[in-house]
Amino acid sequence: MSAQRSLFIVVVGCGRLGSYIVNRLSLYGHYLVVIDVNAAAFDVLSSQFSGFQIEGDATEFAVLKRAKLEKADLVVATTERDNVNLMVAQIAKKIFNVPQVMARVFDPKRARVYRDFGIEGICPITIAGDAFLSSYLKANVISPEEDVL
Amino acid sequence: MNILIVGGEKLVYFISRLFFSKGHTVTVINRDQRECTRLARRLKSTIVYGDGSDLTILEEAGARSADAVLAATPNDEDNLVICQLASFHFGVPRTLALVNDPDNEEVFQKLQITSALSITKVVASLIEQRTEFDDIINLFPIGEGKLNITEVSLQETSPVVGRTLLEVSLPENSLIASILRNGEPIVPRGPTELLAGDRLILITLPENHGRVLKKLTGD
Repeated sequence: MSAQRSLFIVVVGCGRLGSYIVNRLSLYGHYLVVIDVNAAAFDVLSSQFSGFQIEGDATEFAVLKRAKLEKADLVVATTERDNVNLMVAQIAKKIFNVPQVMARVFDPKRARVYRDFGIEGICPITIAGDAFLSSYLKANVISPEEDVL
Repeated sequence: MNILIVGGEKLVYFISRLFFSKGHTVTVINRDQRECTRLARRLKSTIVYGDGSDLTILEEAGARSADAVLAATPNDEDNLVICQLASFHFGVPRTLALVNDPDNEEVFQKLQITSALSITKVVASLIEQRTEFDDIINLFPIGEGKLNITEVSLQETSPVVGRTLLEVSLPENSLIASILRNGEPIVPRGPTELLAGDRLILITLPENHGRVLKKLTGD
């Protein structure tokens, strides 16, 4: 990843997931903009982070314009509210023509509806559920006859 | 018509009451249990308790047979998702989202909502218009603002008072649709004379709106 060109990435929401993504991406020298309604949320960003912080509500169009979404290579919407993430992701994709857009969507049913029209929703619930199940299956090597799951 | 409304507070209460009195069937979805109880006591509508952007709740509230959905929660993002789920998943033919951020009117239309309305913008422009000219009232824009309907009161000083419609040549693509004279509506024809105190109902386009008003008020 370090050999690639540096990307312009906008991360919406600087909670546990958002700050994790920002801190990881900061190590690779990408150009990062992070948006959160609460300025105190930026306290958890690492010392490697050298991008821009925008304090504002991402459902306000002017805030997204300020973040220069039209130049972004990737937008990741990570707030804890599904509808905020879905709205930001759609604006990024359909209005600012951002090539790659991802949204955290807790509700698997809602994620499925939006996947049908091109918004990639990442559902922490199904990811965690699958991880639990596969580690259970690995720990209890179950032969096919015994597999009742 | 089956109308599904998501939201609460007085706005939703009065809208539901209005639709009900016009003979429509109204279902309200609200995510606050106490508010649901309150609404259920005061409205003759079905009240569904839950998140209106949840597919299960929308289904329970009869989204499949709804003719129109109005998303009137205080959050723009919720209103967007409610309307999109209603239209994409349940095939509801008409969806209207209320928005706070005036920019979102245009944004939502690009995201395939049938229509989005910014109360902020409507109120702000009403206030501006009322304070600018007391005798001109913009009633409402039609077709996303491509057509205006305006009410103008003719003062004694107006240059068109005492003249017939034939003598007053209005700019192209504008029309005096009706005259309210002493509270009675008149559909004007060429020989109809304009009098002081007449209230004209005008249809204009944004590009000739200013010229038409100038012609009628003389300002």
